[in-house]
Order: sequence, then structure tokens, then C-alpha cells
Amino acid sequence: MKKEQREKYYKLMLLASAMVALVVIVLIGGFIFKEGMPVFAKYGLGNVFWGRKWQPSSQIYGLWPMVVGTVYITLGSLVIGVPLGVLTAIFLAELAPKKLVSLVIRPAIELLAGIPSVVYGLFGMTTIVPVIRKIARSIPAYADEPTLSSGYGIIAGSIILSIMILPTVINVAEDAIRSVPREYKEGSLALGATHWQTIYRVIVPAASSGIMAGVVLGMGRAIGETMAIIMVAGNAPIVPESIFSSVRSLTGNIAIEMAYSSGEHTQALFATGIILFVFIMIINSLAMFLAKKEVG
Amino acid sequence: MFKSRMVKVLSLMLVLILAFSVVGCGKKEEPKKDGAQGNPNELSGTVQIAGSTSVQPLSEELAKEFMNKNPKVKINVAGGGSGAGIKAAAEGTADIGASSRELKAEEKAKVKEFVIALDGIAVIVHKDNKIADLKKEDIKKIFLGEITDWSQVGGEKGKIQVYTREEGSGTRGAFEEIVLGKDASGKELKIFEKANVQNSTGAVRTAVAGDKNGIGYISIGSLNADVKAVKVDGAEATEANVKAENYKISRPFIYMTQKDPAGATKAYLEWVLSPEGQAVVKKHFIPVK
Repeated sequence: MKKEQREKYYKLMLLASAMVALVVIVLIGGFIFKEGMPVFAKYGLGNVFWGRKWQPSSQIYGLWPMVVGTVYITLGSLVIGVPLGVLTAIFLAELAPKKLVSLVIRPAIELLAGIPSVVYGLFGMTTIVPVIRKIARSIPAYADEPTLSSGYGIIAGSIILSIMILPTVINVAEDAIRSVPREYKEGSLALGATHWQTIYRVIVPAASSGIMAGVVLGMGRAIGETMAIIMVAGNAPIVPESIFSSVRSLTGNIAIEMAYSSGEHTQALFATGIILFVFIMIINSLAMFLAKKEVG
Repeated sequence: MFKSRMVKVLSLMLVLILAFSVVGCGKKEEPKKDGAQGNPNELSGTVQIAGSTSVQPLSEELAKEFMNKNPKVKINVAGGGSGAGIKAAAEGTADIGASSRELKAEEKAKVKEFVIALDGIAVIVHKDNKIADLKKEDIKKIFLGEITDWSQVGGEKGKIQVYTREEGSGTRGAFEEIVLGKDASGKELKIFEKANVQNSTGAVRTAVAGDKNGIGYISIGSLNADVKAVKVDGAEATEANVKAENYKISRPFIYMTQKDPAGATKAYLEWVLSPEGQAVVKKHFIPVK
């Protein structure tokens, strides 16, 4: 085989591999839209999206409780997970002794990323939920309301998710902090600033768009998480009134009901998938935009 | 050279993959031919089953097993509901109609019925719950959200935590149909929407086992020592009580035919009621034989 020819084959092979991802995403997207659109067409996009009642056996398909539920759980996980993650990233990049990082902390974070979500769910169900239940039942206003005092709900979901997004937030944020040019740091120190002043006045602001990209990617992970959430969120399809409230996520809605659904019910679950798909697309474009800003 | 060797390895792999896929296709064809020549007396024909969506998964499993044994028989299983199943059997539009409720007297006159399985649902509470016996009417009110405290049904004070299966689950459908029924205007009642939803029998059991104030329902066959099944109107949730019709939260799965079954339909019905068919039933329901 001639050298140029071989070169061409390699290029083709690589192109074909790259095309697989593209083709798959188009197929999946197309399939979800094809299956889910009839429900939007029949009941109206607004009625399905804003509808507050989900009762498929009576042909009522309102996704609003799940939309709100997903947003609450995700925000909750960010409130807990982002400070933890970003502070860890700063520690790893700036302060930690190299040996400690490479021998203890990084393997631990990698392990955290490798734990299957069902194990997180089991942990949450058997340890976190009972603790929250105890707290909720000691609050007089909540003890009398079954949906608020079960322990299953937004708080349990947010705590579990915040642990699950940690690896994403830490890794991306740490990379961003490490890629801040050395001169920034040296300049700041040369001007007499302390190490801590340098970190929060110079390095973190310089890395902020990269850190934000990490946060947004973590958010994507939180929205897409399914199994762990089903196991700790209670899954009642209601618009939550409190952070103790039982709640159902968009992903949970699909996973819980797909097995036995049929006909229009299945289509409504695909419609749930469409909304999820759009959410994730918005978040990913946001992350891409933020990551690009950093380079420029 | 390294690169050319890699090309060779790659192309060899491709050839092997292609070769195997061709061989694979070849193999698939063979058993068919054998089957066609093997047994001229083999049972053949089609059986159309329609009706109850609760019976549907069981019918599908039975049909799959039966078709494996009799490759020339084709069994089509469709849903439609118990009412549609009874109608289909009476009018002969399906070979077999399926129902998950007792037939009324006038319906019994139009079809031949075969009870193929029984379905019983146990109401479970936490092991330490003092309550041992609940009235069916009280269970209904608990799952509608009208009774909210254990003290209202004779237990210790504590808010009742209701755990339910997801919409579309056969167990939930059966529970709603048998326990909740319909309201005065004929509208089917639903479990109140604030109930916690778990998406499998095991998850409901685990949730109730871990919640002192919990209540849930699972199929009788899935009971274990982690939870306590309460008596319903005085009857314990056991297979024997379901068979003797003492336990109220149960229902029969019925196959119906228009006239005496014949051919493939007859063979299928006989097989379903045979030990082999009942073994399939036993996986999820209570066998009748």
C-alpha cells in the first residue's frame, strides 16, 4: 500500500468513528421527538408543560410537578455541591502537598465518580432518609403532613446528588485553576499580596469561566441522574411546597412508569424525554459557551 | 513495519467478523427446515387472546412458553380490558377472552369460563406496628388520604405514610380496582397523589420496612419477614385464604371461550391448566391447581 493511500484510509476510519456519535444522537433525538410529539400535538404544549396534575390512567398529562421537582433537586445539589467542589479544587491546585493529592485525595475522587448510582441511592435510602425523617417529624408544622415527614424528598435527593456531582465540579474547576498563567500569581505575590489574597482576588476570578463550566456540567449530571433520585425522592407527582416535600424528577417519571405503560401513556413519557432533552441541550450549550470564553 | 502489520491485523479481524456473521446467518435457517420435516402431526394454528390488561402480561408469558414448545402455533395477545374480553369471547371475535374480574350471571350464560390463576394483594405495615387487622373500608380511606393518623384506626398516634406503586403497574391497577372501586357517579377512584411512589415490589417493601408509620401493598407471593401483612376484615393474607375466597383483596384471572374449545385453543387451555402452565402462573400469581 502506498503511503498516501494509507493516510487516506486512516483519515476515513477516524471520520467514520466520529460520525457514529453524530448519527446516534440524531437517531435518538429523532426517535424521542417522533414518539413524544403526538402528546404535545393532542393536548397542547402549554397544557402538558404547565399542567399541574399527572394522572396517566385518566389521560391527564401535566409535567409541571416534574419540571419543578427537577429544578429544585438540581439547585439544591448545586447549593451544597458547588462550594464543596470549588473549595476542594482550590485546595488541590494551590495548597495540597503533591503526595497527599496523588495518593489519597485524587483516588478518592475517582472512586466517587466510579460508584454506580444505584449504590448512592441505596445509601441515601437507608441512611440519609431516616435522618431527614427524624428531623422532619420533630418540626411540628411538618410532622402532621405525610408528604413532608416521610424523609423522602428534595433534601435527600439534593444531598445525594451533591456528592455525585463533586467529581465533575472538582476536576473541571481544578483544570481551570491550574491553567491560570503563572505570571498572574507571581505578579500578585510580587506586589505583596498573601497567598490567600492571591487565590481569591486573582486566581479564582481568572479561572471563573472555567469554574462556571464545571458547575454547569455538574448541573447537567444532576439533571440526568435517575436511579439514585428515584430511590430517595419519594416520587409523588406533586408540586413541592417545601424542601422537605416528596418530589418526582423528569428522569424518574420516565424510569418509574415506562415498564408497564402503553399507548398514549408511553408517548407522554417520551414527551417527558423531549423536555429533558431540551433542558440538557440548553445546559450543554451554556457549558460550551463558558468554556470557549475562557480560551478567548 | 509496525503500521503495515496493524493494517494486516485490522483487515484480518474484519474478514473474521464478516465470516462469522455469514456463518451465523446460515445457522439460523437450519432448525426451521428440521421443524418442517420433523413432525407432520405437529399442532398448528393461531389463537387470538384479547381482554384484561392485568391478565395480558401473564398471557404473554404463557403464550411465549407455549409457542416455544409448539413452533407452528401462533398466539396473539391483545389488551382492551376485561369488558372487551368478555364481549370478544361472547361474540367469538377472539378465540379466548380474558377477564380479571368475576363474571356476572348473564355473562356466565354466554361463555365457558376457565379460572387460570388467582391474584391476591397483601396490605403491609412496619413490623412494630401494633395494628394487626384492618377493615377493607378503612384501607380504602387510608389510600384515598381520608384517614391520615394511625390512631383513627386503633393504632398508636402517628401520621400514616402511604407507599404506592407507579401508575400503570398491574398491582396498583388491581389494588385500585378491588379496594378503592368507583365513587357514586361511577368514576374510578385513584390513590391520593401525595402518596410516596416506589417503582417495584421490593422498593415498596423496603420503604415500609424502614418506616414505622408506613403502609403499602404488594402481591401475596412477595411477602417476607421484613414487613407485616395485616388481616383484612379478619382474614389473613395467605394463598389458602385467597383460594377459599376468605381474603377480600383478591381476584381471579379468567379465560373465556364462546363454545367448547377445539384445536390449538383447546391444547393451549389444557396446557395452561397443566402443572407446566401453572408453574409459569406461580412465578407471579397464585396457581389454581
